[in-house]
Amino acid sequence: MYETSYQRPSSIDEAIKLLGDGEGEAKLLSGGMTLIPTMKQRLAMPSVLIDLRHISDLKGISVDGSKIRIGGATTHAEIARHDGIKAAAPSFAYLAGLIGDPAVRHMGTIGGSVANFDPAADYPAALLAIGATIHTNTRELSADEFFLGMFETALEENEIVTAVSFEAPQAGGWEKFRNPASRYAMCAVFVAKRTDGSVGVGVTGAGNNGAFRWTEAESALSGSFDGSALDGLTVDEGAMMSDIHGTSAYRANLTKVVAKRALAKAK
Amino acid sequence: MGVEGIGAKVLRKEDRRFITGRGRYVDDMSVPGMKHGAFVRSPHAHAKIKGIDTSAAREMPGVIDILDGQQLKADRIGNLICGWAVSSKDGSPMKMGAYPALADETVRYVGQPVAIVVAETRAQARDAAEVVMVDYEEMPAVVGSEAALADGAPQLHPEAEGNLCFDWEIGDEAAATSAISGAAHITRMKIINNRLVPNPMEPRAALGHYDPAEDHYTCWTTSQNPHVARLVMSAFYNVAPEHKLRVIAPDVGGGFGSKIYIYPEEIVCLWASKRTEVPVKWTSDRTEAFLTDAHGRDHVTHVEMAFDADHKIVGLKVDTKANLGAYMSLFSSATPTYLYATLLSGQYDIPAIYANVKGVYTNTAPVDAYRGAGRPEATYVVERTIETAARELGLSPAELRRKNFIRSFPHQTPVIMNYDTGDFEATLEAGMKAADVAGFEARREEAKGRGKLRGLGMSCYIEACGIAPSKAVGSLGAGVGLWESAEVRVNPVGTVEILTGSHSHGQGHETTFAQLVAERFGLPIDNVQIVHGDTDKVQFGMGTYGSRSGAVGMSAIVKALDKVEAKAKKIAAHVLEADEGDIVIENGEVKVVGTDKKLGWHEVCLGAYTGHNLPDGMEPGLKEGAFYDPQNFTFPAGCYICEVEVDPETGTTEIIQFVAADDFGNIINPMIVEGQVHGGLAQGIGQALLEGTHYDEAGQLVTASYMDYAMPRAWDLPMFKVETLVTACTTNPLGIKGCGEAGAIGSPPAVINAITDAIGNNDLSMPATPEKVWNAIHAAS
Repeated sequence: MYETSYQRPSSIDEAIKLLGDGEGEAKLLSGGMTLIPTMKQRLAMPSVLIDLRHISDLKGISVDGSKIRIGGATTHAEIARHDGIKAAAPSFAYLAGLIGDPAVRHMGTIGGSVANFDPAADYPAALLAIGATIHTNTRELSADEFFLGMFETALEENEIVTAVSFEAPQAGGWEKFRNPASRYAMCAVFVAKRTDGSVGVGVTGAGNNGAFRWTEAESALSGSFDGSALDGLTVDEGAMMSDIHGTSAYRANLTKVVAKRALAKAK
Repeated sequence: MGVEGIGAKVLRKEDRRFITGRGRYVDDMSVPGMKHGAFVRSPHAHAKIKGIDTSAAREMPGVIDILDGQQLKADRIGNLICGWAVSSKDGSPMKMGAYPALADETVRYVGQPVAIVVAETRAQARDAAEVVMVDYEEMPAVVGSEAALADGAPQLHPEAEGNLCFDWEIGDEAAATSAISGAAHITRMKIINNRLVPNPMEPRAALGHYDPAEDHYTCWTTSQNPHVARLVMSAFYNVAPEHKLRVIAPDVGGGFGSKIYIYPEEIVCLWASKRTEVPVKWTSDRTEAFLTDAHGRDHVTHVEMAFDADHKIVGLKVDTKANLGAYMSLFSSATPTYLYATLLSGQYDIPAIYANVKGVYTNTAPVDAYRGAGRPEATYVVERTIETAARELGLSPAELRRKNFIRSFPHQTPVIMNYDTGDFEATLEAGMKAADVAGFEARREEAKGRGKLRGLGMSCYIEACGIAPSKAVGSLGAGVGLWESAEVRVNPVGTVEILTGSHSHGQGHETTFAQLVAERFGLPIDNVQIVHGDTDKVQFGMGTYGSRSGAVGMSAIVKALDKVEAKAKKIAAHVLEADEGDIVIENGEVKVVGTDKKLGWHEVCLGAYTGHNLPDGMEPGLKEGAFYDPQNFTFPAGCYICEVEVDPETGTTEIIQFVAADDFGNIINPMIVEGQVHGGLAQGIGQALLEGTHYDEAGQLVTASYMDYAMPRAWDLPMFKVETLVTACTTNPLGIKGCGEAGAIGSPPAVINAITDAIGNNDLSMPATPEKVWNAIHAAS
């Protein structure tokens, strides 16, 4: 790791000011589950790290009926064990409980994961499927507007993810097929039957441009929210990632298989 | 047997410090004035070094000195050696490519050290190392052994035309060819044994300390054999004279073979300390470990196994290309030759065997012995082939093996080895019973109902441990003898120190070696201290690898204990006025049989040191040493049975059950043996299902971190069923064979045999990742 310095702001405004002071050399830290390993490998050299996890406005979970709001600095472990989320959106709590390992779940945050948009991160698939809203210090964006492509989001400079909110789906299901080495998702699917009756299918780990919505599946499932509705569909191999762990053909197959398994679990 | 003697499940003495984080490893060592080294490493798989510019790096904060290959050469530091000379079939010696500890003209693998920066802190050294400007002229690279042998392949070493280091053979080619040509059935296969990265928990480290006042050198290093390191560093590398060099290998966190070798880094740290007159420490990070620890396996083999009409094997021919990496490592010539092809007879009575092995240079990290070292490769060839033959012949895998088992001992194979003892039928029976093979078809049907593919695979391995008679290995090209030494020091109060040339880096020697004393004198193991890993304390030793610490290291201790016991009995007989032959030592007492006359063990020991009442002419003291040279290898063997369930939709393999029925001879501590089997199985299953080392065509290691290199984790493994049977080894005093590698040797073919049985396609290579299995299912349907 290169030499760096560490700042712990107590407000969003202070964090934004520090970010401006850093003149492009500063990095926001919200758990650091990607950033710290990257720095340890000397692939990133921010002059200053601005730790968001101690800003009270970014913390906390509120559940009001089916309306859920999760502060950006909330850890995966807090989400996984939150009674309100477990009751209203059990599949979302289940997803959080399967991220990484216990150490990762107690350090990593939803805001950090969403802002980083790793192509194998778990939350984006769910947020796309559910139709969540991403809140920043300046605006609100739908998940569709926010997630642009691999490691690319709509975030501007000096913009911080402050919260994620969504309406708990009538039914949701999460299935993750892990990469044997990293244990990140090689293909993971979140299926959601939204309160308005529409269906969302979010896929992560498999696509060649980050998490995406499998719209053909969404149409097929809007008639019948059951795995058999996917039988006639094929996934476009051209949109799939290909690497030493799996070809695009394999990932296309996984997408359908994993989606069916997510549906089988949906509740 | 005392409660802590041979056969007792004693808890490991060393675990208290290991599991409470109090182990002391090389990186924990610190000496006054110590500075830190960081290596400048080649980013290219093959390039000429046109020049090295250190001017900017020298201006970086904290930099003390920067040393490169030209300075190393000027100081006449010798090139790295290979400790085992093999010859090609035409009689010519193997072709060693020059391997300087810091590359001076050419780099041949990514990660090869080019220079060292010595600085005040580790971070400063690494910062400066990045600023050292090396002017490289890139050259084409080759990474696979078959590609490297092809016409027009990039050439690595001027010494080795066609990248061929050796073209070695063993056995009778004419006899094997003739047996195969007249055979009723021939099974032919191409078998690839995948390259592995060792990944011990503790990465390598070295601390070199030259003391100008005493003109003396100390090197702390992560070594499985510190005495060999000292010998090689002084006799061949010219870093320090042997009598002025102390090598210490303290707690070492796993080796699996990768810490046998003397690497460039420890040589350079010691030399840099002499040059700079400051102690220099370097600790590998995980990326450096992936790039530069000697890798394992990497064989491409064509095999023909021939049967007569009664299904008896009549001949076996094996053609193997072994990827050696860019340079020879310390034992990399022996691993794919004498440690591999000598085991190709397996558990079977095969009249004619011939093997040809080509050792091939490629632009990859050097390859050497890794847990099992040659025997996993041999076992994989034999056990994949015989299982395939059974399928082709329509016989059950057990039946075909039974027809061909060796049943009388000693048995001389056509490939050097002479098996002293074994009972292969017994381990097969025990394995099949524990695995409930009889009930398998019902379980397969049940799984089918759930949409899953069940398969059963077997592996009947034999391996050779306790390397080995010095005269025999010397005649085969080894540069050293492979005996072991021990010294038993009995203190005046009766406590015991055992100095051993074996080295413990996870094996539990502090417990098992003490159990020998508990057995012999009835002392508690807490009264026994094991001393190892320091050339200033232990006079000499050959170290720990090849499951030799029990069969060879403990045998040396037994010999020394014999001498201590004899002297103690003489003293007691003199004091008690009894006949020496009537003295027995048990439960900490030295007694005259059939009488109530006795002395406490401590009284005899004190008497030895006061010298007040010793037999005439006896020297005072109670300390004896011994060297033990084994008479033969030992031959652990067993039967492993793996049952898997494959998910045809994703290709995922779940191991439902894994049975290991092993014959390790006599056992000192059954709990430690079981732990060794578990660890070995985890590594073998890791090789079979998960661990794939991938270089791209340019020679970049794609799998250089745990993001891409899949290590086995607890959830990949089932609860193991481990059984042990005993035929005592006939060639060492304890009757023990060794257990450290069997799990890694025997398990990969069992896993692959099970998966191929499940999916109905035999064309499957390791690691059998979900994607590969899924593709194999689709290719078959």
